Parts: sequence; C-alpha cells; structure tokens
Amino acid sequence: MTAPSQASCQCGKPSGGCASARPQGTRRDFLKDAAGFASATLAPGVTLMAFGDTAQARAPNEKVSAKTRWGMLIDTTKCADGCTACVTACSTENGWKDTGHPETDAQWIRKVTLRNPRNGATRALPVMCQHCASPPCVDVCPTGASFKRADGIVLVDKHLCIGCRYCMMACPYNARSFIHEALEDQKPHAPRGKGTVESCTLCVHRVDAGRAPACVEACGSAGHKAMLFGDLNDPKSEIARAVAEAPVSQIRADLGVDPGVMYRGI
Amino acid sequence: MAHVGYREASAGPGFWAAVFGLGVLVLAGLGSAWYMEHHGHIVTGMTNRIVWGMPHVFAIFLIVGASGVLNVASLASVFGKMPYKPKARLSGLLAIAMLMSGLIVLVLDLGRPDRLTVAMTSYNFRSIFAWNIFLYTGFLVIVGAYLVVQMTRRWQGWTGAVGVTAFLWRLILTTGTGSIFGWLVAREAYNAAVMAPLFIAMSLNIGLAVFILVRMSVAAGETHDLTDALLERMARLLGIFIAAVLYFTAVQHLTNLYSASRIGVERFLLVDGGIYPMLFWGVQIVLGSLVPLAIVFSPRTARSHPMIALAAVLVMIGGLAQLYVIIIGGQAYPLQLFPGMEVSSSYHDGVVARYVPSLPEFGLGLGGLALSFLITFIGVRVLKILPVNVGASAGA
Repeated sequence: MTAPSQASCQCGKPSGGCASARPQGTRRDFLKDAAGFASATLAPGVTLMAFGDTAQARAPNEKVSAKTRWGMLIDTTKCADGCTACVTACSTENGWKDTGHPETDAQWIRKVTLRNPRNGATRALPVMCQHCASPPCVDVCPTGASFKRADGIVLVDKHLCIGCRYCMMACPYNARSFIHEALEDQKPHAPRGKGTVESCTLCVHRVDAGRAPACVEACGSAGHKAMLFGDLNDPKSEIARAVAEAPVSQIRADLGVDPGVMYRGI
Repeated sequence: MAHVGYREASAGPGFWAAVFGLGVLVLAGLGSAWYMEHHGHIVTGMTNRIVWGMPHVFAIFLIVGASGVLNVASLASVFGKMPYKPKARLSGLLAIAMLMSGLIVLVLDLGRPDRLTVAMTSYNFRSIFAWNIFLYTGFLVIVGAYLVVQMTRRWQGWTGAVGVTAFLWRLILTTGTGSIFGWLVAREAYNAAVMAPLFIAMSLNIGLAVFILVRMSVAAGETHDLTDALLERMARLLGIFIAAVLYFTAVQHLTNLYSASRIGVERFLLVDGGIYPMLFWGVQIVLGSLVPLAIVFSPRTARSHPMIALAAVLVMIGGLAQLYVIIIGGQAYPLQLFPGMEVSSSYHDGVVARYVPSLPEFGLGLGGLALSFLITFIGVRVLKILPVNVGASAGA
C-alpha cells in the first residue's frame, strides 16, 4: 500500500508553498486547542516545555525558520530500565507496530541497554533519529527525498523516496526502517508506504501545532521526566538552559554530524 | 599487419540453445522482480540491518565488470597495443551489456521501482548515488559512440579520441562506484579512500575474466580466430590484475587493522565472522586469487585453454565472494554507537545481523547476469563484431 495521497505536508513551507500542502488553519487551530486542553489536564509539567514562551506553534502561513533548532535532551539517569513508555507512545502516535517480523518491522524509537564490561554498570536510553545538523542520510539520498527542515527536523518525503536504502547505509544510528510489506490503518499525519524508508519525525505534526513529541509527553506522564524537548537556539528555553548548565553528550559525536538529540549520563 | 574485417556470428544450434537458456534465466529474473515488488522485500532475506543483499552483489559485479571489460578496447585505442584492436568491438558491446544489466538489477531491487522517473528527474547533487546516475548513463552514451565510430568507416578517425574519453570516463565511473561505499562515514568496514582504487582494480580483474570467457565461448562456435598468443597474453594480464586486487585488498585491511577502533570489524571479517572469513580466505584469496595466479604463471598450465578458462571462472567467483564480503559483511557487523560498551536492544543493536539470501534474490541477480550475456550474444549475431581474416601477425 502506498502513502495516502491526502498526506499532510511536513516540508515546512507555508500553506500553498508545497505541491502536497493543503489549507490546515482550521485543523491546526483545533489541534492546538485540543492539545492545550489536554496538556492542562493531563501532563502540565511536560507540555509546558513546548508551550512555554520558547516553543510556540507556527502560524499557518509562517515559514519554518532556521532561527529555531528543535532538539531533545535525554537524561539517562532518569530513564528507567524496562520502561518503554516512549516507545509505546511513538508507536501509538505514528502507527508503526510489531507484525511478528522483528528484523523487518519498523522501529522509529528503541530502548537500548548499555553495560560497561569493566564494572558492570548499566544504563538504558531511547535511541531514535538524532536529527543531525549535518545528516549523512540527507547527503547520500539521490533524489532529495531525505531532507532537513530549516528548524532541524530530518524527514523523508514519501513522494520522492524510491526505496534505494542508501540513507540506511549512511545513518550512523540505525535509526531508519524500510517498509518491507503492505501496511494498513495508517495515521493521516504519519503517511507511510511499502517500499519506502521512514524514521522518527520528531512528531513534526505535533511540534507544528505547538505540542511536544509523543515520546516526551509519555516519559513525563510515566513520571520519569527523562526527556526534554525544545528550541536549542533559544537561550531562554528550558532545554537550552539545561544544555548550558551541565555537560551533555551526543552519540558518535566524533563523526561531527551534530545531532539535535543529546544525552546526559552516558 | 593483416587486414582485419568483421562479421556477424553465425546462428547454429549451439547459439540458439544458449539464447534459449539465457532467455529462461532472464524470465526467471523478471519473475523474481515481480514477486518482490508485489509482496515487498519481506520475501527476501534483506532486513533493516542488511538493507543491501544479493541483488546488489550481482548488480555491482556487473557494473564494476562493465567498466573493466572495456579495458581490452582501451589497450588498443589508448595504449596502442594493436593486437587487441580486433577485440575492441566485442569489448565495447560487453561493457554496454553488463552495465545495462547491472542497472536493471539495481532498479528492480528498489523499494519503488515504479518511481524510476523520480530518480531521473529529481537530483540531490551532494549524493554520490545521484552522480553515478550521470556516470552510468554517460558511460552508455560514450561506449555506444565508441562502437559507432569503430564501425563507421568515415568516422574511424575519431576512434582514438572517443577511446580516451571512454577510458577516462570508466575510471571516474568506478571511482564513483567504490565511493558509494568509501564515503559512508559511519561504516567502519567501508569508510576509506582505498575503496575507489580497490574497485578499479576489481573492475579490471573481473572485466578481463568475463572477456576471456565470452571470447572463448564465442570462438568455440566459430572458426578459430582467437590465437593462442593473444589468449596467453590476456591470461598473463589477468595475473597482473589479480595481483593488483590483492595489493589493494591488503592495503584496505592493513589500514583498518592499524586503527584500534576498527580491529573489531577486521576480526569479524577476517577471523571469527563465520561465513565472511570463509568466503574471504577460502574463496576470494585462495580459490579466486592464488589458484588462478598459479594457473596463469605456471609454465605447465599457462598455455592450456581449458586452464585459462578455469582461471577466468575462478576470478569471477572470487570477485563475487569479495563483493559479498564487502557489501553483506560490512553491514552484518553492528554499528558502534557506544564504543567500549556492551549493547542490546529490540532493534538488534550490538549483535551480528543475520542474512540468508532468498531464492528471488538469486533469481534477480542471476537473471541480470544472464541478460548481460544474452544482449552480448544477440549483439554479436546482428552486428559486425567478430574479427575475420586475422593473421597471426595481427595477433588476434
């Protein structure tokens, strides 16, 4: 099954600026209102990070800007071993699931367990697309289907992906999945299609509506608050302040791809 | 020097039997591609860890071989080795046939082969893959022109210029193919500049082996116009190319072994990686390199046509094994996201990826190989490719 033709546009251009875009003002407003209500009642501590003065939703006609760099800080000392709330939330939000083929099933986010062989110390942490500033997947994609929005979110244009999988060869994080068989029951905001490649979108549909990614929200709801989301470029944002106050690390920082997902405690 | 004329191949029962057999294999390849497209890659052995499988091994074998097989023509038009001149047309035809077949295998293995037009109209020029699309199509155009100027009497004066262009183009093309792997910064098994010259050496090696076999099989059904002298000369050249591949392979692995961070992947590929060290040492090095080296340089076997044919077959098998180890082995070894740590996850982090190629993958790959020979056989039947009236002085 191919991606639904009514797929919502994630390119970041203002409505009408993209061939696949369609007016969304009404829906966006509705989503924003609904999210605001939900955040106030369900998880105020979490969504404040996205709804505070640092991460407002874009107006319908506002173009995505490089003034913003969306990022995530994951505190592995707070990430509970065995907890998969972030993984479940991502799966529910974006519609990917276990089909009984673990080697070919899509996994946009996974829990990785680390063990230091010298002292036996363990750590658990979620790994997903790291939304690199210099993404190798974007460099190698022959058609430009893999692209980075101005605000740092790395996406796949499902209309341009030819399924060559070169991006999967290039990704240092095993963050991408290839759709090996036909799909059903897709989410309208997360179009997917057999024969194309996909990965974490940083819940771009939620971010554009002023909400935090589903994994971040779920981590907060589970009481761990290990995941912090926001604008790395805004010095007043909670994430920027957290990054500034104590050392953080990036996975495979030696590659120089500057991931937007950072970690503490590894 | 004797006058060299050209003619079409005659179509005896052997020719039609070969065309029929190859046609069946090509149909099997197309059936495999349809099956994979219809059901998705779930019917292959490929996974989210082994994203390029057996079709890529065959496709890259054909693409690399296409570049190398043209070397026979280059020896005449670029390096002035005139004994090779009568073989230049077959060399060009084989190059086109192998490249077309390799590209068809690659395209049919895409997740969305129906989007070929997207690949031809939407480009990201930072991608070496996108550059290769131009290098491949350019190669077909230039080698096509090379054939035309050779076969058109009034344009034969252009043969040298077009030949030099084709020679340079194929060096760039194979540099591009090697760089598909060499520029993958995150893959410890690949990320090295030596991949480009290694692929060029592999192309010369595989290409000459294919040429020797095709020329011998075509000659078997024809009057003998392949002299002992030229065949033995090509066999010795094959020995030099085998040595060149061994040299670059040694440089590739020794460079990695010098880097502490890459000892793990080298140990996997060369010592304890199961099928991969077996293919590397047993098939690529011993069977595909040392044995043919001994054949072409040993006084007892160097003049034997069957032994030279055996050496060429072994080089082809060794080349396939080398590509399997590079392409599949390089992916099977887990990416090192957290160096020095033991890693586990539901996405198979930290473990060696399993890969069992499926029947459709073999079908598609072998179908591509058969297509290259089918195009060549039909080409020699309908075009004036084969040299005639060639005396020993012409060396043909």
